[in-house]
Amino acid sequence: MKTLMLGNEAFARGLYEAGCSFVSSYPGTPSTEITECAAKYEELYAEWAPNEKVALEAAFGASLAGKRSFCAMKHVGLNVAADPLFTISYTGVNAGLLIGVADDAGMHSSQNEQDSRHYAQAAKIPMLEPSDSAEALHFAKLAYELSEKFDTAVLIKMCTRVSHSQSVVETGERVLPAQKKYEKNPGKYIMMPGNAKKRHPEIEERTKALAAWAETAEINRIEEGSDKSYGIITSSTCYQYVKEACGDTYPVLKLGMIWPMPEQKIRDFAASVDKLVVVEELDGFIEAHCRNLGLSVSGKDMFSNVGELSQNLVKEKLGIAVQAGASLDENIPARPPVMCAGCPHRSIFYVLKKMKLTVLGDIGCYTLGAVPPLSAIDSTVCMGASVSGLHGFVKASEEEWAGRTVAVIGDSTFIHSGVTGLINIAYNESNATVIILDNSITGMTGHQQNPTTGYNLKGDPCTKIDLESLCRAVGIRRVRVVDPYDMAACQAAIEEELSAKEPSVIISRRPCALLKYVKHPGPICSDTEKCKGCKACMNIGCPAISMENGKAKIDPTLCVGCGVCKQLCKFDALG
Amino acid sequence: MGKCRLCGGMRGNMETKNIMIVGVGGQGTLLASKLLGRLLLGKGYDVKVSEVHGMSQRGGSVVTYVRWGDRVYSPIIDKGQADCILSFELLEAARYTEYLKKGGRIIVNSQQVNPMPVIAGTVAYPENLEEKLAALGIQVDAIDALTLAEKAGSSKAVNLVLMGKLANHFDFTPEEWMDAIEHSVPSKFLELNKKAFELGRSA
Repeated sequence: MKTLMLGNEAFARGLYEAGCSFVSSYPGTPSTEITECAAKYEELYAEWAPNEKVALEAAFGASLAGKRSFCAMKHVGLNVAADPLFTISYTGVNAGLLIGVADDAGMHSSQNEQDSRHYAQAAKIPMLEPSDSAEALHFAKLAYELSEKFDTAVLIKMCTRVSHSQSVVETGERVLPAQKKYEKNPGKYIMMPGNAKKRHPEIEERTKALAAWAETAEINRIEEGSDKSYGIITSSTCYQYVKEACGDTYPVLKLGMIWPMPEQKIRDFAASVDKLVVVEELDGFIEAHCRNLGLSVSGKDMFSNVGELSQNLVKEKLGIAVQAGASLDENIPARPPVMCAGCPHRSIFYVLKKMKLTVLGDIGCYTLGAVPPLSAIDSTVCMGASVSGLHGFVKASEEEWAGRTVAVIGDSTFIHSGVTGLINIAYNESNATVIILDNSITGMTGHQQNPTTGYNLKGDPCTKIDLESLCRAVGIRRVRVVDPYDMAACQAAIEEELSAKEPSVIISRRPCALLKYVKHPGPICSDTEKCKGCKACMNIGCPAISMENGKAKIDPTLCVGCGVCKQLCKFDALG
Repeated sequence: MGKCRLCGGMRGNMETKNIMIVGVGGQGTLLASKLLGRLLLGKGYDVKVSEVHGMSQRGGSVVTYVRWGDRVYSPIIDKGQADCILSFELLEAARYTEYLKKGGRIIVNSQQVNPMPVIAGTVAYPENLEEKLAALGIQVDAIDALTLAEKAGSSKAVNLVLMGKLANHFDFTPEEWMDAIEHSVPSKFLELNKKAFELGRSA
C-alpha cells in the first residue's frame, strides 16, 4: 500500500518489517520519532534509555542474545555513544544491530553542526545514507542483512530533511527471523588486548569486503546524463537537490552507502566525465575520499561546509539560472522561540537574573533562559556540562565568585549525564549549588517520558526514580524542593544554599505547562485603572503580556494563570 | 477572485507545484499539511511534505513545505518556487515573500501575533503589510480566520478556516475534503472543524 510517511516513521517501518525486536534510544531532534513510531508496533519492544551510551549498549546486549536490535540518537548523541561504538566495531554482532543517527545541518534544533559520517570511517563501521522515506524503509531492511552477513553493526545516517519530510513509501509485511542462538565466544566478545589485537586485522578485512560489496551494490547507482561536462557524486538529501536542479542533464553517482566507498566505481565514474563535483552538506567527506584516490575533484571550493544546501544553491554553483521571488523592502521582526506562557522555568530564571548570579546552563527548553529579557545563562555546551562545569568553575574561582554561581539542568538531562557530575561534586567536595529544573518530562523534544516520570515509552507505569533520594545517595546532604511559581521562596532557598558551606541541590519542581494533566487556574486580568505602566511584568518575557496604550495587557488565549507576573506587580493591577 | 488551479494538471508532464504553509509555532500548521498531503496522494501524485520540529515549535516562526507533481525531488521549497503561501499570520506572510513565484498568491490570516521583540518594544510590527504585499504584484487573499474560527466554536480552528479558503483553488470534491478532514482531526472536534472549513470556503 502506498502511503505518505515521515522519514523517521518509514525508518521505524523498515525496522518493523525487518523483524527488529529490540529498540533502545534517547530522544533528540531530529531522531526522536524513529523510536516513537517503532514503539507503536506491539510486536516490538521499545524503550527510552537514560542516555545514548546506555541505549547502544542495551541494543548490543539484545543483539548478543540473538534478536535484531536498534538504537537511535541525534548527531551529538553519537558522541555519548562513541565509547561502545568503537569497540562494538571489533566484537561485531550476533543478530543484526543498527544505529540510527540524525544530523542537523542548519542547526534547526542543535548546539553544533557536526558531520556524523566521520564516525563511520573512524569506527570502521559501514554507514548507509537514505535520501527519502522510501529509502529509509528499504535501507533499514538492507542494513540488517549487511549487519548479519558482514558481522558488523551498521550506521544509518539521517538528517533533518530526510527525518522530517514525508514522502511516498510502499509498506510490506513483517518477517521475523528466528532468534539466533547465543554462543560463548571470548575471542570475539571479550575485548581485552590479546583478543582485540586479533580482531583488529579482521575488522580491516571486513571493511575491504564491504568496499567490494559497495562496488556492485544497487544502492550505489549511476544515473546517466546527457551532458558529461560535469559528473556529480552525491548522497542523502543533496541527491534530491541535485536532481531537482539538473534533472537528467549531468550524470550522477548516487551513493546509498557512504562508508566504505566503492573506489573502482568512483574512479570509473570520474573517468567518464569532464569535471567531477561532489555535492554534500557539511564537511567534504566524499570529496576527501576522492582526493585520496588521486582524483581531481571539486566540492567545498564550490559549496560551503556551513549550513544546509538547497536546489537553488546547486543551480547557482553549476551556472543554472535561478528565479528569485520579490522581496519586501521592510524590516521584518524576528520571531524567536520563547518559553511558553506558564512555563515553570521562567520564574526561576527571573530570580537568578535578579540575584545577578553566574549560571551554567544545559540542554533543554530552559536554554531559552539565555534570551532577552531573562538573559540569565552564562554557558551552554552539552548534556550534563552545567553540573560538571560548575564543579570546575567553583574550584577554580577567585574568592569573589564563591557563592555566586549555580548550575541549572532539567530532570531528563540530569539523569542523562548530570548525575555523574554531581557525584564528582560530592566526591571532590566543591561547594556547588545545583538547581534541577524538574518539569516531570523531557520537554524540548516533545514530551518523552524519562526515568523520573514514572512512565515508560509505551506509556505504562514503571519505576520512578526519586531525585531527592538519588542526590542524597551520591553524597549531597543538602537537598530541598521549591515551587518555581513562588519566587520569594525560590530566592530564599537559593540564597541559603549558596551561603551553606557544603554542596547542595535545589529541585525546582513543577510539571511542564503543556502537559495535558496539568490543570491551570485560567487567565488573569489586568486592571488598567491600577496599572501604572511601570513594565515590571514585562521583565519575565511572557508571551501573554504586552503593553497597550502604556498599560499591561494580558492575552487571555495564551495566559494560563500561573500568577508569576502578579508577584512582580507593586500596584495590584494583575489579578 | 480569479481561480488559479493548483491541482488538476495533466499527469505525465506536470511541473511540481508548491505550497508553503507558514505561521507561529502552535497554530496548527502541521495539521494543514497533513490534510493536503493525504488528498494529493489520493490523486496519485508524487508528494513531499517537509516540516521542522523541535526548538522552532516554541512560539517561533514555523514553515512547512507541500510539493506535488509527477516526480518530486527536493523536500523543500526554495526562493522563487512557491505557487502559493498559506500564512497563518500576517508578519509570517511577509517574512517568506521571497519564496513566492512571480505571479504567486498569498492566502493570509489577517490576525497579528506579536513576536517577542515587538512585545518587548524593541521593534515595531510593520504597518500596512497587506497593501505592501499587493504592491509587489502578489495576489493577496486576506481573511479574518480567527473571527471565523471563533464563530465556528473555537479559536483553535483557524487552520481549518484557512484550509477552506485554500480549497477554492483545488479541484477536490467537497466529499474528498470532508473525508480528509475526518481522517485528520479528532472525532470529538469533527463538527466544529467541518464548520470552520465551510466558513473559510465561503469567505
